[in-house]
Amino acid sequence: MSNKRYILVSGLILGLFAVVGTALVGVTHQVTADKIADNERLALLRKLNQILPSEKYDNDLLHTTITLQADNRLGQEKPSTIYIAKRESEISAMIFSVRAPRGYSGEIKMLVGINIDGTLAGVRIVSHKETPGLGDIMEIDKSDWVLGFNGKSLNEPAEKLWKVKRDGGVFDQFTGATITPRAVVQAVHLCLVYFDRHKKELIEQYNKQVKLSASNNKPGDPVK
Amino acid sequence: MSDTNYNEISKNGLWNNNVALVQLLGLCPLLAVTGTVINGLGLGLATLLTLVLSNTVVSLIRHWVRPEVRVPVFVMIIASVVTAIELSMNAWLYELYTVLGIFIPLIVTNCGILARAEAFASKNSLLPSILDGLMMGLGFTFVLVTLGAIREILGYGTLFSNAHLMFGDIAQNWTWVFVEDYSGFLLAILPPGAFIGMGLIIALKNVIDTHNKKKQTITAAQAVTTSEATA
Repeated sequence: MSNKRYILVSGLILGLFAVVGTALVGVTHQVTADKIADNERLALLRKLNQILPSEKYDNDLLHTTITLQADNRLGQEKPSTIYIAKRESEISAMIFSVRAPRGYSGEIKMLVGINIDGTLAGVRIVSHKETPGLGDIMEIDKSDWVLGFNGKSLNEPAEKLWKVKRDGGVFDQFTGATITPRAVVQAVHLCLVYFDRHKKELIEQYNKQVKLSASNNKPGDPVK
Repeated sequence: MSDTNYNEISKNGLWNNNVALVQLLGLCPLLAVTGTVINGLGLGLATLLTLVLSNTVVSLIRHWVRPEVRVPVFVMIIASVVTAIELSMNAWLYELYTVLGIFIPLIVTNCGILARAEAFASKNSLLPSILDGLMMGLGFTFVLVTLGAIREILGYGTLFSNAHLMFGDIAQNWTWVFVEDYSGFLLAILPPGAFIGMGLIIALKNVIDTHNKKKQTITAAQAVTTSEATA
């Protein structure tokens, strides 16, 4: 009997600590949740603003998005997000949040901004696992390489020149790393092609979404 | 162990029984994040805080926890403390948090922390336990920073880069550049560089220890010979 009691008390002690530990984590979560959400929002917005300076749009970029299902034509195995920038209620640019699947080690997450006229507003790498010192030259903190995309479009350079120099294209590769820039150039090109062929559908999808949220009486497209 | 010697605790934590150099615990995060001084310092301080807090709690409750359930209780305490630290860093040191990433939650699996809870805090009163946590943490941080410095100088040719992640905007210009246009030394940046650097630090510690021991034995031997001569 006393043995049973002993086990019971031990179990209760363990349970008590589980409750106390969980309470500690719960309270910390409560205190920090808003701040963390804020941080993540700001970090993303800062990245988006590098591509599209805040004076170039006047809507709430972070909350004006459409979601694309996984699509082979865009090289995406998972749903991807498109941020829609508007200026005076007209769509002025779209920023694709995509993954380039064929990096040297795993996928490269990036943002590709395309102006409504089909020129590139800019490209930024969000995260990657490429070799430090070689593949990470594509990061804006390490070099200007990624700025080379600014202003390019589907016809400028011509289709067959949308490659790294080693493959006969116009984009620099970095010393010792060809696979990484090749993957990035390919992904950017895919975005441009997709945008060119599906611009109308994308805009339609967005308009439908706005209508839907308006009919649901929710603030659909809050203006900043 | 009941008779507390604060000097001894400090020496053990910082040098004689250093978590990283002697106990060889917590090597996974140690090798993974020490690419720069600031990364090393960030993880070191987070580990230090965890050690102090977990030692404090474990020491406070040491009379109530029965031996059969003590390990799960300790693990639970450490896990809650680390999660709380992780959330706080995410909130107030966001950029450093994004750099250190997965290695903050992985502090839970740093055996050094459970080892201190089990071997020290559960058998000692509050003050020595806090001191032990502090000193063990400092010893660990010291190794992280040293290894970070070696790898950053060799790998990037700089020191204290990205200090603003930790100290805010005033630290924007803290980076020391040793060599302009340094092309980088990949070996130092990649994991093998961490292993080699760690090996060198351990070797250096052993050299210093052997040297000190030799000195001691020589003085002791001299004392013996003189006493024999007089006899």
